[in-house]
Amino acid sequence: MTATTGWNSKVLRIDLTSSSATVEELDRTIAEEYIGCLGLGTRYLYDEVGPTVDPLGPDNKLYIPTGPLTGTGAPGANRYMLVTKSPLTGGVANSSAAGDFATAIKYAGFDMLILEGVAERPVYVFIDDGQVSFRDASDLWGQETEETERGVIAATAPDAKVACIGPAGERLVRFACVMNDMGRAAGRGGVGAVMGSKRLKAIAVRGTGGVKVADGPRFIETVRRCYEALTDPYVEHFHKHGTPGVLQLVNSYGGLPTKNFQYGTNARSEDISGERLAETLSVRPRMGMACPACPVACGRVSRVEAGTHGGVGAGPEYETIGMFGSSCYTNDLEAVTRANFICNREGMDTITMGGSIACAMEMFERGLIPRDDIGFALRFGDGEAMVKLVEMTARREGFGDLLAEGGYRMAEHYGHPKFSMGAKKQELASYDPRAIQSMALAYATEPRGGCHIRGEAQDYSIYSVVHWHITKDRGIEEPLDPLDTDHPEFVAELQDWFRLIDSGGLCNFMFYLGMDEDQLRDLIEAATGMDMGGHPGLMRIGARIFNLEVLYNRRAGLTAADDTLPPRMLEEPLPDGPGKGYVAELAKMLPPYYRYRGWDEDGNLTPEKAAELGLELPTEA
Amino acid sequence: MNKMLVIDIDKCTGCHVCELMCSFQHHGEFNPRKGRIHTTVLLHDEIAIPVVCTQCEDAWCERICPTGAISSTVLPESGSRVVQVDKEKCVGCRMCVLACPFGNIEVREGHADKCDLCGGDPLCVQFCPRGALRFVEGDEREAEKRGKWAKALAGSYGEGE
Repeated sequence: MTATTGWNSKVLRIDLTSSSATVEELDRTIAEEYIGCLGLGTRYLYDEVGPTVDPLGPDNKLYIPTGPLTGTGAPGANRYMLVTKSPLTGGVANSSAAGDFATAIKYAGFDMLILEGVAERPVYVFIDDGQVSFRDASDLWGQETEETERGVIAATAPDAKVACIGPAGERLVRFACVMNDMGRAAGRGGVGAVMGSKRLKAIAVRGTGGVKVADGPRFIETVRRCYEALTDPYVEHFHKHGTPGVLQLVNSYGGLPTKNFQYGTNARSEDISGERLAETLSVRPRMGMACPACPVACGRVSRVEAGTHGGVGAGPEYETIGMFGSSCYTNDLEAVTRANFICNREGMDTITMGGSIACAMEMFERGLIPRDDIGFALRFGDGEAMVKLVEMTARREGFGDLLAEGGYRMAEHYGHPKFSMGAKKQELASYDPRAIQSMALAYATEPRGGCHIRGEAQDYSIYSVVHWHITKDRGIEEPLDPLDTDHPEFVAELQDWFRLIDSGGLCNFMFYLGMDEDQLRDLIEAATGMDMGGHPGLMRIGARIFNLEVLYNRRAGLTAADDTLPPRMLEEPLPDGPGKGYVAELAKMLPPYYRYRGWDEDGNLTPEKAAELGLELPTEA
Repeated sequence: MNKMLVIDIDKCTGCHVCELMCSFQHHGEFNPRKGRIHTTVLLHDEIAIPVVCTQCEDAWCERICPTGAISSTVLPESGSRVVQVDKEKCVGCRMCVLACPFGNIEVREGHADKCDLCGGDPLCVQFCPRGALRFVEGDEREAEKRGKWAKALAGSYGEGE
């Protein structure tokens, strides 16, 4: 079947070395086999960026795909993705953000942008519907993200939508992010450093077109059902308190990382809760700043007194508070917010930044990092030192130059990588996997490294999501016990299921708050005119995308040995909370997970399973 | 009965669903620029303001139209007054665009394009996820506003005693 709508069927390939752009037809076979967004970008990355490519070298490429649903009126149809080879993990990076930048790509007539080569001097690219121009960015180089966005809009068009890097991306901080629409972040995997390595400061897109769908009545009828599914009282809680509204709940399950994951509960969690944030720093729940087509508007906008890194800005989100507030143990929302603002303005991932500082704090307290190396004492709870280090990291000053390599490399430099709480050299998010066992498996096997969002294994346990096929089809009506280790297959299914959400171009919060796979399938089918082959057909696509990410990693040299967690998770029982006495039972869960995946004991996809998924195994090892 | 499209700015989060649904209903595509309703998001003021034709009692667009393409009528089901465009008569001269002080009528695809309340059941209202847009009796909103201020006043009297 031929894809006709949903997609624009056009890919814009931009060569920064020669300042030229070409429009290519979207390979429709790829669109049909991989849907779009995450799947589409991954396939192109696999085909075009070889295993020996240096992530920060000229041969790496940056794919910016959208999904067939991006830009429509479906709830949360507002995502784009940055897919590239990660300078942090050496494997796949795929980092997603929402906002007008995402929909502008579709409205400009494209499904995906590809950026390749290296510009001779700093540039930004302006895509005005079909017209591409390369502009000098010498004056913007060195500027913070918000200034950059304002500057680019002033120099291009008032209705241009901008994604850009800050000074951290320019300085190749390994976890630099890309920011768009004044405070939205494609945070993880160091995608901003890849942009910096190409001397690409910003991308501005102005799109005046629209998105058509194959079956209008079916699409609208499905959208109506989706909105009806999003009337849960929890939607209101999420609107009022955003992601920080979950902090107290995670703490009650003993999964709130405290002092670099030495503990799973924080007695002072109330001081950094979403409720406290709403009472104190929230300007108000981001009214006027919902992402396009979102019924929730979960984003925060906060104000801290002017002074060092004060002002008004986006954030902090739950993960940011978990890292800067609890793992660094500052328990101070103002310090957290200042640290968050620096990260936004300089363009850095708050999770890896916070996690790396927490690691440095523990190592300093253990006497493993000399005071002279840092220049000051670095103890848990010292908000001032934390904020200072964020600043130093963005500028690669002193000890910050080491932190800019990420927590793992910093700890390794001192000979103690075990104190870095990450997976595949990327910091874990704000869930202790010993208290939520399915997260242990999700963290360890996630192709992009420590991550809470491509496979939200926390959802069907502590967040009580029971309306997805994973549990519903098995007759399970109650949330899974977070300490359960008997259902590794749930994690595999969840990872595949989230690939589908991320490939359609929707925000996964919509699903956690009420939508289900049948609605996603109806949306994709009505938009594109494809027949997805029911639940099995759709899940096969999810598994195909996941396995292709893994194949990319295996080809790049990551092995089953990298599907692991820090020794603390595997050997040190959690000392407190409901998970007290538990270690992450990875050794128990991995073998059945591999079997369920159709992998051999070494974590390699078997030829049989590859054939089933329609994947070709690489010919050379 | 005289239903009107009313806007609660306090509830608007700037999600643009109204624009998307409107453009889909009237132009067959999701394209915020083709919406007959527009939400202006003032990012740093933390506010979003939807603007749509208010169906003027004495509509300047109607007055100035040289071909008589714009006329007012009352919709049978909702009793709403609506200023509507007859595409057969419209020549796309843009005089109405000049006349409207609010920017609520535009020329698209050769004809004047403005809100027609979807014939009495506006799609933007059906889909507005936060209830910022409602289609209610014309005086209901005013009564609500008076009620809200009455409560506030009552509260302040209570405090003073």
